[in-house]
Amino acid sequence: MSPNESRAAITVNRPVAEVFAFWHDVQNLPRFLEQLQSVRDLGAGRSRWRQTGESGAAIEFDVELTAQEINERVAWRSREGSEIESSGEVTFTAAPGGRGTEVRAAVQQPKGGGLAAAAAAVLDGDGSHQVRDDLRRFKQLLETGEVVRSEASPEGTSARNLASQRPAQPLPA
Amino acid sequence: MRANCWMGKQNVEVVDVPDPKILNSRDAIVKISSTAICGSDLHLYNGLVPTMKKGDVLGHEFMGEVVEVGERVGNLRVGDRVVVPFPIACGACQACERGQYSVCENSNPNAPLAEKLLGRSPSGIFGYSHMLGGYPGGQAEYARVPFADVGPIKIENGLPDESVLFLSDIFPTGYMGADMCDISPGDVVAVWGAGPVGQFAIASALLLGAEQVIAIDRFDYRLRIATERAGATHVINYEQTSTLEALEELTAGRGPDACIDAVGMEAHHHISALHAYDRIKQVTKAETDRPHALREAILACRNGGVVSVVGVYAGLVDKFPMGAVMNRSLRLRAGQCHVHRYLRPLLERIQGGEIDPSFVITHRIPLNDAPLGFDTFLNKEDGCLKVIMNP
Repeated sequence: MSPNESRAAITVNRPVAEVFAFWHDVQNLPRFLEQLQSVRDLGAGRSRWRQTGESGAAIEFDVELTAQEINERVAWRSREGSEIESSGEVTFTAAPGGRGTEVRAAVQQPKGGGLAAAAAAVLDGDGSHQVRDDLRRFKQLLETGEVVRSEASPEGTSARNLASQRPAQPLPA
Repeated sequence: MRANCWMGKQNVEVVDVPDPKILNSRDAIVKISSTAICGSDLHLYNGLVPTMKKGDVLGHEFMGEVVEVGERVGNLRVGDRVVVPFPIACGACQACERGQYSVCENSNPNAPLAEKLLGRSPSGIFGYSHMLGGYPGGQAEYARVPFADVGPIKIENGLPDESVLFLSDIFPTGYMGADMCDISPGDVVAVWGAGPVGQFAIASALLLGAEQVIAIDRFDYRLRIATERAGATHVINYEQTSTLEALEELTAGRGPDACIDAVGMEAHHHISALHAYDRIKQVTKAETDRPHALREAILACRNGGVVSVVGVYAGLVDKFPMGAVMNRSLRLRAGQCHVHRYLRPLLERIQGGEIDPSFVITHRIPLNDAPLGFDTFLNKEDGCLKVIMNP
């Protein structure tokens, strides 16, 4: 594991084909990748990702698939010269006993990565909380249909918000 | 709306907060008709559960009328009368599929906090710290109920609130305490703590076939209720008698077949030096929990018997008699109650007249008097066993 790599794993109680298909559809990515605002599919394995940068302003960069094995693996990397250098890989494996799908993610973000990554690193040492949070939201989407929200965590699971939670009171109208 | 909020150690206030609104499509909003103070709320009140924040709405035992449903709630309609289980459970993860609803894998958005203390995260719980989700509780006029298509049970037969409210927590919790004992006819069961959960553990052990049930507490008025209402066959006041010696005598040297800890992390000990040892460790955070009752339950249990823990523990205990557990083949069972699993069968027992859970109620007060209710319950004043509140 390189110094700037974060890893996490989670088990999703759905069949491999369904879990793979959900991740593989890039339109779904902003629903569970916290830093991602939107993704535009450019075709031919390329997409344009828009996310919040370190300054708070949005950053756009293009991402290309570097590997794709149906129901097994997806890997991607930001295209050369992008403002954000990022790459990652997710693997999908049937869990023992047919009990869902094991999802393992590794994300490399050498620099940049935004405040969220920095805050997560403070909490966690290596930022793997960010990847774990993203996987947790992914699991919630597949198993329950949406990201689970509480009044203290209205955005859903987020390591960066844990330190500054609002009280467990209904949100202001 | 008005809501009872945690403001700090031994400080709760009923204040105005915004009305809840739907955040997820499987939510319902419930207008609360009855709510209660749980013994486990006293752990929050005493500042012993980490990750509370000033302003948190308390309460996890509540029922009322559905006033709004999210678009994916197909089983409930506006106007339905429901009791809400205290653990929040999605119904779709592997834990829920196994019937282990209180360890639902999806309902705690603050799971990373729980993982720091507990290794892995249990389910979210209403009004019970940020570590367990940061959900506002039900000591309020209204509550948002997540996964309303999974949790709440409809009450359709006109049973009064007081008879069904405790399906939310303490009746199923006491029942699970007895259920985990795998009781065989003729068994002797000892129950540490004659608080509300202990009373239901006693009553449930009898429902499940125990022949003798021994109640252990230090308050005679609670032991009296245990005998007269819950059906305990024997009582031990541990301030007057040594529990271990009394159990030795009562069971002729065997020990109880099953021991239920319905006390948890704030146990007292009749030997003040031993109490002080754990109290000091708790105050200095060297241990979070004072496990006197649990230690005794383990030491008393017959060889090969079951120790069943439904009293709440938050973190770490000291001087845990693992040697007794291992060398004497004890089975240790524990858990926050998987309430969803017990709702239907226990409602049927209430409907069938086998038990009326309202026997534990000693105090009925308006929600606005919640601070007084907490104080009375904490100090066991005025014969207090259970406080229910109406908004």
